[in-house]
Amino acid sequence: MSLPKARARSEETGQPQGATDNDKEQPSGLGEGMSDTPAIELRKINKSFGPVHANRDIDLVVKKGSIHGIIGENGAGKSTLMSILYGFYHADNGDIVVDGKKVVIPDSKAAIAMGIGMVHQHFMLVDNFSVLENVVLGAEDSQLLAGGLNRARAELKRLEDEYELRVDPDALIEDLPVGLQQRVEILKALYRSAEILILDEPTGVLTPAEADHLFKILEVLRNEGKTVLLITHKLREIMAITDTVSVMRRGEMVATVETKDTSMEKLAELMVGRSVLLRVDKKPAEPEAPVMEVSNLTVTDSRGVQVVKDVSFSVRAGEIVGIAGVSGNGQSELLETLSGIRRATSGTLKIHGETIDLGTSTLNAADMREKSMAHVPEDRHRMGLINSFTEYENSILGYHRDPAYSKGLLMDLAAIKKNAVAEIERYDIRPPNPMLKTANFSGGNQQKIVLAREIERDPEVLLVGQPTRGVDIGAIEFIHRRLVEMRDAGKGILLVSVELDEIRALSDRVLVMFDGRIVGERGANAEEGDLGLLMAGVDNNNSVEGGVQ
Amino acid sequence: MTPGQLPRWVDLGLIPFLNLAAAFLVSGLVVVLIGENPLEAVQILVWGSLGYGEGIGFTLFYATNFIFTGLAVAVAFHAGLFNIGGEGQAYLGGLGVAVACLAFDTVVPWYLTLPFAIIGSAAMGAAWAFIPAWLQATRGSHVVITTIMFNFIASSLMVYLLNGVLKERGSMQPETRTFEAGGRLPFLNDLFPSFGFGYAPVNLSLFVALAACVLVWLLIWRTKLGFEIRSFGANATAAVYAGISPVRTIVITMLISGGLAGMMAINEIMGSQHRLLIDFVTGYGFVGIAVALMGRAHPVGIILAAILFGMLYQGGAELSFEMPNITRDMIIVIQGLVILFAGALEYMFRPAIIRLFAPAQPLKAKEA
Repeated sequence: MSLPKARARSEETGQPQGATDNDKEQPSGLGEGMSDTPAIELRKINKSFGPVHANRDIDLVVKKGSIHGIIGENGAGKSTLMSILYGFYHADNGDIVVDGKKVVIPDSKAAIAMGIGMVHQHFMLVDNFSVLENVVLGAEDSQLLAGGLNRARAELKRLEDEYELRVDPDALIEDLPVGLQQRVEILKALYRSAEILILDEPTGVLTPAEADHLFKILEVLRNEGKTVLLITHKLREIMAITDTVSVMRRGEMVATVETKDTSMEKLAELMVGRSVLLRVDKKPAEPEAPVMEVSNLTVTDSRGVQVVKDVSFSVRAGEIVGIAGVSGNGQSELLETLSGIRRATSGTLKIHGETIDLGTSTLNAADMREKSMAHVPEDRHRMGLINSFTEYENSILGYHRDPAYSKGLLMDLAAIKKNAVAEIERYDIRPPNPMLKTANFSGGNQQKIVLAREIERDPEVLLVGQPTRGVDIGAIEFIHRRLVEMRDAGKGILLVSVELDEIRALSDRVLVMFDGRIVGERGANAEEGDLGLLMAGVDNNNSVEGGVQ
Repeated sequence: MTPGQLPRWVDLGLIPFLNLAAAFLVSGLVVVLIGENPLEAVQILVWGSLGYGEGIGFTLFYATNFIFTGLAVAVAFHAGLFNIGGEGQAYLGGLGVAVACLAFDTVVPWYLTLPFAIIGSAAMGAAWAFIPAWLQATRGSHVVITTIMFNFIASSLMVYLLNGVLKERGSMQPETRTFEAGGRLPFLNDLFPSFGFGYAPVNLSLFVALAACVLVWLLIWRTKLGFEIRSFGANATAAVYAGISPVRTIVITMLISGGLAGMMAINEIMGSQHRLLIDFVTGYGFVGIAVALMGRAHPVGIILAAILFGMLYQGGAELSFEMPNITRDMIIVIQGLVILFAGALEYMFRPAIIRLFAPAQPLKAKEA
């Protein structure tokens, strides 16, 4: 496929000439609100941050009443483009046409006035406000709250009926699961009468079930005539939900195609610029003796709620044990407890030839590392890295007490940097500069920094949480390969992921967590449907767990 | 946009300079309103602080105080803590210095008393910071509240002590007896007569302050403890993940911070007053916050900022002498403006400068 040609466009419409010739033929019957005027048209948008050309001559036509996917690796320029559309950034040059009118979008207020709504990857909600208050926030309409709140309540009811977006308006945001919080974000946009909805990586924090539900909502929205722009790097989502997909690579729009005319493999190739292996290649595990045994672990959180309930399992040398489950069912707390960050109520942990009573232990994360347990945390921004630190400083976080990095009273910066450079090389971390602030690395490279730090100490047990969250395809391939390599070297790996695909691709055994308990164990070839039922608390083989049915 | 996008000289040089220039411009307007010539005022201020040996001596003397209190605030900053109790910690530090001097001044020469004075002042300052630190670490009581409360407690405690056990027998003054030679640090004028510091009280503790700068730099950027302090300050969750104990980090950081604040008393008590007296801190602890802010919590920046505030103190005194219309309060207005522009309005010019420098900036990968 000759990519540069795909970027040639006809002057009149700005319609990209995609891979196929019948691009301009609209599949009919997508929705009521469809007309010939595109909802959004971008013409030759350019945006640079210093020498980085984040968006280069971007043309984009989004049809009214369609779900338009924008896919690309981290750093391809998707979010920059959407930020320009939402008024966060200003394009260096180029035109934005909304609903047939050329517009200037100076700020997000103007974008909202034009009917553009955005659901951010990280929600913009006030945690201790109610749903209703969050929806009204910024659109109160008067000095007194009561009127606006009552109007909003009626409007929410209407939106609920029209789009099946059910949320209790009086619930506090902090009490809602992530999926519902996202629904509040969508409601916020709709309440401000958005006609065009931009969703930035909306499923990054959702479980498969929640994501499916989101897609249903998006379909209803489209059928009601709204236009949806979906930004993601997940190919499955693009294939499942979009009508049209545009692919970005390194700041350029490399193709726009009808979803039905393309495939995951083709899109992946367009994104990365080379063909990629979407499956993990591994031989069957040859597990040996257990390296970690957890018995009767119970964890209570700060609210006094039991979040991990009487969990027992073991991880053997040379195997990857996956923990599947809808997020918020105790997996995070399990990882944090085992790694020494959180205190357990009771339970024991056998590791490194030692039995630890977790109910009374005062071992912290540093002590656990000394017992040859490494931990790649679920959230690298919040926990795994210090974004304002340089790469080399992060490459020793948690291992900074290692005598190898000290010279007398002082730290041995030369040794630390040498180690960092070696890790950068082995893990192909880009840009290869240990002096760069960590915040300036892309998500995939940040994750590699964490993985390099934790794996290179050669631990007996590796705890991994969401290893590929927000990581681009090329890096996912690399990270999965490293984990399998580590398994083959005879280490035990406990993998927690809400991506069922990842669990199934990597794990030799799958444990399913529901409501703080392990409700089932499956082998390497577990069926997705079977796991899905377990994750919902239904054990179809034996008894019924969690009071369902 | 992050500060990291600007070249270092802009971030550390140009922006503070612009902030200062703005502060002086507004100060100039105030001087005009009073009916004096602002250019003449600047001339007097600069001459008074840097124009002759004795003026320089006074400037450096004040700067010494500011270095100690500035470092104290800066160290706490790195752990994300806001220690505004420098005032009280320095006051109590005075007690530590006085006890050492009263005990040894008639027995040993000053250079043997000095180590005890340093230990005493640092220990007392640290002790005064310990309770707020412990409350913050284990109970979550905010140090901003507790440290400022401890300033008042320190004040009352010292009044009580200086009117009681520490007061010289038969004296009406709430102060200790004057130290003998063994409790007095040499004035720099006596050590380096050729500089002509005259009667300026600048003394050997200036070098103690400079040594403290080097040690703080080493501590923060070259030791494991400093790494832990900075980790905790930048991302407390990641610090816990790395096995860094929050309780330990908060307490140790505050002890170091309080100790540095306490050491200010060496300059004031052992270096200049030669007796412990009421209210000798007079705001140095608070100005330390501005010094740390302006110096970007870096020892080199703190030295420069401390000298600037020293100039304002000394040149300001000179100014109110020469221009009777400009009272001591006016000087405080100017100081306030410097603090306002350099601290509170630190980011005022930043967006414009970022725009100005944006096209020439090195790579900053934008997350898509």
